Amino acid sequence: MAVAWRNLHNFFTNPALIVPALLFPLFFFTAFAGGLSRVAGAPGFDFAGDYTAFQFVFVLLQASAFGGVFTGFAMARDFESGFGRRMLLSAPNRLGILAGYAIAAVARAVFIWVLLTAIALAVGMGVGGNAVDLLGLYALAGIVSFAALMWAAGVALRIRSVQAGPLMQTPVFLIIFLAPVYVPIDLLSGWVESAARVNPVTAIIEASRGFISGAETDVLAAFGAAAGMALALVVWAVTGLRRAEAAGG
Amino acid sequence: MRTLRQPAQVVPTITFPLFLLAINAGGLDAATDIPGFPTDSYLTFALAVPFIQSGIFAVSNGGADLARDIETGFLDRLALTPMSGVALVTGQLAGVVALGLLNAVVYLGVGLAAGATLEAGLAGALVLLVLSLVIVFAFGCVGVYAAFRFGNGEAVQGLFPLLFVFLFLSSMALPRDLIEQDWFRTIATYNPVSYLIEGVRSLFIVGFDGQALALAFGCGTAIGAVFLALAVGRLRTRLVRT
Repeated sequence: MAVAWRNLHNFFTNPALIVPALLFPLFFFTAFAGGLSRVAGAPGFDFAGDYTAFQFVFVLLQASAFGGVFTGFAMARDFESGFGRRMLLSAPNRLGILAGYAIAAVARAVFIWVLLTAIALAVGMGVGGNAVDLLGLYALAGIVSFAALMWAAGVALRIRSVQAGPLMQTPVFLIIFLAPVYVPIDLLSGWVESAARVNPVTAIIEASRGFISGAETDVLAAFGAAAGMALALVVWAVTGLRRAEAAGG
Repeated sequence: MRTLRQPAQVVPTITFPLFLLAINAGGLDAATDIPGFPTDSYLTFALAVPFIQSGIFAVSNGGADLARDIETGFLDRLALTPMSGVALVTGQLAGVVALGLLNAVVYLGVGLAAGATLEAGLAGALVLLVLSLVIVFAFGCVGVYAAFRFGNGEAVQGLFPLLFVFLFLSSMALPRDLIEQDWFRTIATYNPVSYLIEGVRSLFIVGFDGQALALAFGCGTAIGAVFLALAVGRLRTRLVRT
């Protein structure tokens, strides 16, 4: 809890951290939902809701993933500065350090979700799903945030430097954007379609869009993919923690 | 030379725009089915964007190097030489412009190899290279001014996301007349980046569109002239001999 509190305190009291975390999701939401809404009129665009909701889901998941990555940046900074070593010395159970960062990542994500959802509703986004659907949507977003943090944590604990930032960020960026970002998967073409069909994030995005429109789809596949990624990345993060311990922090 | 000797400045300016182009070409190809879309190939439509992204990278590349010179005091040594302010500023941009030319050749080659078409032909390719140099020079002047204004590399790098905002709030993804949201279309209409994109795009889709090219060259020249003048003025402040 101390680790989580410290990270959240740093996040909410440092404008250099909180402002980009708020502005970038809003910016992407504005650019995609505002600039590309005509795409929903393309033949074969099969989505039960409006394009604002279609893009809201992508931006929500993107913000959740990058929120996890940015928490990983904080972890890398802590270990680079030597603070991580102090945490390793003082923690009775060192897995609690990972848990602390995970709590902080999810708390940061919830903050962004509330703001993003409020703005989306204010601009007239239609919500076809019921309360259970929305719970499913945010549950998937939470798992995505957790999984991204575990990835970033594994990298941070192995390299223990903020210079690992691009290595944390780039794979997450790739896996997010090699999914149906602008149109449903059936309207993708070329190698992007092939990549999207094997990308586990595709099921998560499609199911999330199903939740918000009320036309549930691929729910089991989405939660299976999300849980599978999260479990694999927990192993990655924990083995990273062991390496950091062996190196003395 | 300094610019071209830094792989960290060269490689991302080539790979990142091409990667985004590949994703958008595959992800938005369905947009070509919208009535009124000017071409059957979204790759051809979107190929203009990397040329503008090259300009955005010129802001951070050119400005960051100069900011480092300011921080280390190298600029103060230059103050001891009889070099004029304009010559110093344009000299700083030589590397950025050379990189911009390399980028333009790569983008054009990769785009054509991937199946894009250049309606303006060989002559259009030459015009395209000249226009891309104007764009890179213009944005480079923005970076140089930022370096003189703020004096540190972090502040110059901070402009990078702001310029991406300008790029996204433009006719980057759809033609302006197909943008459905009135407020977005208005922003894109007042955004000079839209005219830069449309000028480059016209060479690929239409051939020689005098109005589009005039607006693109005009906007690029105006941005470059304004920020070059601001940079030279700012330089005079920094190089006051005491």
